[in-house]
Amino acid sequence: MSIKLTIMEQMAQVAREQGKTLAPLRDDLALLDSGLDSLSIAVLVARLEDRLGTDPFTSGEDVHFPVTVGDFVKAYENGAH
Amino acid sequence: MKTARIEAPPLRHCAALGSVDRFLFDRAVQVRVADLAQGTSLGGRLADLAGRSVLIATSSQLTSALALIELDGVARRLIVLPPDVDRAHLGALIADAEIDVVVVDEAAQRANYDVPLCVACSPSIGPLARHVPAAVRTEWILLTSGTTGVPKMVVHSLTGLAAAIAPRTDDDVMVWGTFYDIRRYGGLQIFLRAVLGGASLILSSAGEPVADHLARLAQHGVTHLSGTPSHWRRALMSPEIGRISPRYVRLSGEIADQAILDHLRAAFPQASIGHAYASTEAGVGFAVDDGRAGFPAFYLDGAHNGVEMKIVDGSLRLRSSGAASGYVAHRAALRGDDGFVDSGDMVERRGDRFYFVGRRGGIINIGGLKVHPEEVEAVINRHPQVRMSLVRPKRSPFTGAIAIADVVLKSACPRVEDEAGVKDEILALCRNALPRHKVPAAISIVPALAVAATGKLARRA
Repeated sequence: MSIKLTIMEQMAQVAREQGKTLAPLRDDLALLDSGLDSLSIAVLVARLEDRLGTDPFTSGEDVHFPVTVGDFVKAYENGAH
Repeated sequence: MKTARIEAPPLRHCAALGSVDRFLFDRAVQVRVADLAQGTSLGGRLADLAGRSVLIATSSQLTSALALIELDGVARRLIVLPPDVDRAHLGALIADAEIDVVVVDEAAQRANYDVPLCVACSPSIGPLARHVPAAVRTEWILLTSGTTGVPKMVVHSLTGLAAAIAPRTDDDVMVWGTFYDIRRYGGLQIFLRAVLGGASLILSSAGEPVADHLARLAQHGVTHLSGTPSHWRRALMSPEIGRISPRYVRLSGEIADQAILDHLRAAFPQASIGHAYASTEAGVGFAVDDGRAGFPAFYLDGAHNGVEMKIVDGSLRLRSSGAASGYVAHRAALRGDDGFVDSGDMVERRGDRFYFVGRRGGIINIGGLKVHPEEVEAVINRHPQVRMSLVRPKRSPFTGAIAIADVVLKSACPRVEDEAGVKDEILALCRNALPRHKVPAAISIVPALAVAATGKLARRA
């Protein structure tokens, strides 16, 4: 499964668990407009670390804030190289 | 209203108690307690310790126990050094407590101490050449188990330490065992219960595997056994647990959740099972023996067994004659103006009971919402396949922190899919029982969790 597909699947899963309605996902959609609140995003990142073995947002010294869904996916794809 | 305090007799006077021979056991030796009534473990040096400020720094618990029995009522001040205290703090402790004698049990330890006198304590009891009368009310100093900085020295008296120990009303043979180290408050309570109650005591030895310790407890016929919930969870993982059948099972030092109480009930259907609440500073608060987690709300009405309790800002406060009188060389006040000690243990009322939810300092802040790791662990531990769990914070740029759970299963899952299934079940259990910010963001199945020398689950400071 591609990284992007895993992320999309987990987004849907976390949204279900957190009782959130997920907006139709596009790369330029602001993450905070996706229907996930910050707790849901924090949970998603922890879940993805379990699945993908990496957390691109807290692994380094600086903290990168992804603004869009595209940024979010890219952070994982870049980490995979 | 003032009540007269009944002085506990010096411990040596209790050495002759008991209707049958009783012993202190560790892995290497056994000592007949009655031999101490007219004997000494200090090689004729007892008189030199009269009125002194003594650090008991032996490597074994057994020699510490012997020194405590001999020096109560003789030394001005006794400090018991737990084995896990950072050696770098020794100088400060010795200076602040004005230590002039150190008791050791290995010759090589003498070099560690720059004090006027080092005395050796040995488990082979020699004749007490000259009787040294008990002339003083000895200060008993215990060290706090904080993870950073120099430990605080907490001042007790034997009378206060023994305040919660009821006189025995039966002559049944009693053999105490403990997973604790007796050089900390929880273990010292068991040491005193054994010595004052005319019982034998089975001590653990450093580095001894749980299975070997359980085998020794079985061999000496343990009837009363005490430890933290973490100690008990570890013991329940050992097949040797089936060899012991204590009449009394006691938990203290950590929150006893319903799952561990139920597991112990299943393992020891005939035993009386109690969980006790105590702290080094506040002393013993209470014991609960109805098999349920938490404590009845009526414990807060008036004094129970001489202990008054109240809750302020969510934390339990206690006032009793079992509390410490203060700290040595430390400015912090141990009690508030009203005489109550703030335990820092947070409680929550549900129905007619109070439940411990965690430590004030252990709160995880998730996007401004608070979570006590222990309340989440209590839910996770309800899953039938879970042996123990640890909830810890992890940094998150989105919420400041999130809660992560490390879980030990009773038996390893044979397949990865099974493990994923258990994780999902645990998460579902948490979602059912907890508000969504308290549900762990992720669960890791781990082979074991570290238990600190205090017997408590090792939580990172």
